[in-house]
Amino acid sequence: MSTEIQEPDLSGDELRGDRATDRRVKRVLFGCASITVLTTIALFVVLFDNAAGYFYGARIWEVLIGQESFRQTVSLSEFFSGTRWAPVRSPPAHGALPIIWGTLVITIGAAFVSIPIGTATALYLSEYAKPTTRNRLKPILEVLAGIPTIVYGFFAVSFITPIVVGALGSLFGISVGRYSMMAGWIVVGTMTIPMVSSISEDAMQAVPDDLRNGAYALGATKYEVSLRIVLPAALSGILASYILAISRAIGETMAVSLAAGFQPQLTANPFSEIMTMTAYMVSLARGTTAVGSVEYQSLFAVGLILFIMTLTANLINDYLKRRFQEVYR
Amino acid sequence: MSTQDDTHKLISTEVQVDEQTHEDTAETVVSAEKLNVYYGEEKALSDVSAEIPERRVTAIIGPSGCGKSTFLRSINRMNDRISMCQVEGTLRFNGKNVYDDDVDPVALRRRIGQVFQSPNPFPKSIYDNVAYGLRVQGKADKVDLDKQVERALKQAALWDEVKDQLDSSGLDLSGGQQQRLCIARAIAPDPEVILMDEPTSALDPVAAAKIEDLIEDLAQNYTVIIVTHNMQQAARISDKTAVFLTGGKLVEFDDTATIFEDPEDQRVEDYITGKFG
Repeated sequence: MSTEIQEPDLSGDELRGDRATDRRVKRVLFGCASITVLTTIALFVVLFDNAAGYFYGARIWEVLIGQESFRQTVSLSEFFSGTRWAPVRSPPAHGALPIIWGTLVITIGAAFVSIPIGTATALYLSEYAKPTTRNRLKPILEVLAGIPTIVYGFFAVSFITPIVVGALGSLFGISVGRYSMMAGWIVVGTMTIPMVSSISEDAMQAVPDDLRNGAYALGATKYEVSLRIVLPAALSGILASYILAISRAIGETMAVSLAAGFQPQLTANPFSEIMTMTAYMVSLARGTTAVGSVEYQSLFAVGLILFIMTLTANLINDYLKRRFQEVYR
Repeated sequence: MSTQDDTHKLISTEVQVDEQTHEDTAETVVSAEKLNVYYGEEKALSDVSAEIPERRVTAIIGPSGCGKSTFLRSINRMNDRISMCQVEGTLRFNGKNVYDDDVDPVALRRRIGQVFQSPNPFPKSIYDNVAYGLRVQGKADKVDLDKQVERALKQAALWDEVKDQLDSSGLDLSGGQQQRLCIARAIAPDPEVILMDEPTSALDPVAAAKIEDLIEDLAQNYTVIIVTHNMQQAARISDKTAVFLTGGKLVEFDDTATIFEDPEDQRVEDYITGKFG
């Protein structure tokens, strides 16, 4: 045995191949991650560029290469305050208020359907239902969330409008046409219930059982535990589900078109036909609009507003998450 | 071979067991008669009979899985929360069988408080934590509430530490303080019995010692039933000790001094001396 202690070889020279693999894997993963980021950026650029074409008669890149110059075609003040939306007619009118109103009123009305029903469903599943009942009901809710929205649209046309809204209308002596704001509320509200209930229920299930036990041991009833312990403790997740449902409602297209219609109107009458921003886009996009025309570019202006609305909803979501997050140890 | 004396002094800590037990003066507040508890097919408690005296500390010891927590939960019917759980036999609280059809577990739990293994304060203010039980039990008129919260926090030896921060979250306290907050929460509605399920097992020794002192004080006003896996703790703080062994059987139930110095059952002696368990 030698008395000299040999230093271990820690240079890792034999690992060179592994290190190269590591770098390659990292590059591939980074590449995949960048696709979504790049898509978002590209989307925003395309929307913004075409919207500029709508308002100022020239695309930004055309101005940059000196081919065109900006000239006002549609004024921003008309767009945001005009009450008539008819870019395709002649003479055209570019007041987007009716369709912005259409989207807002559908979103708010749908929230009045999905939030109470969804929250109550979540509370029932999480706190009241037996485990066997919950295990049976939850998959059904998730199936409901996965149904294509066009199917909800047909459901609106064949059931909600004639049966539900029709019956309510005849109660007030109003004959309801093929489309109505109320049908839009109901169908968009219904299709976002699973989103609210499923995510809220997950948030409630995440509340530690210790808290429930603590309250039950103090002689609290189920109702008190649900409303005073579980609901506040799960608040951040519940609010997140509301915001997700709302941004889904903002962006909803097929079902809402088939339920609420294609008539841009600034009206508060729940039985009348209206048009949402998305309905406008789908009605125009399936037509024979010439690329580059004002009508065509109006799509992008409307799309930009939609984009900003859902982005705002997401930012609110992030804020609420941070604001109401409970920290457990 | 050890001497006779040695085998009789099984626990060598300075156990100050009260030699004059209060046998004759103490009324029975909780009594089990042939209590059997099942989780599905599995039997968790087997023919348990015991009479637990009022205003004493009764310790329940035994190896893990012996049913000691199950026994505790069957007293305030927290077992109802476990869907597979079935109870047979009788468990009397002040003479009334709590498994009778006309017993509402909510009403029962309002008279029997519980403290859990790991501190579980609600994510609310210290004040609201203590007031919670009073509020759900409708014992909350505002002036009185302040007094009761103060009284409970004093009894739980927490008042001096938190009196200036009653509005801050219960979760901001240290583990030991949180557990004392949970004790304050449990005693605020003035229950007759307080159940404790290994209340110091999640705490450091200093915090645990504080809780132990507190438990002894609480026994002046309340009946305390404490599950513990710490035999020194049982010897230090309890008047009576029940030893559960595997299979959910209550093997011996007697004055703490007797259990630790001269148990009748060989298996109890083996368990206490650490030969098994």
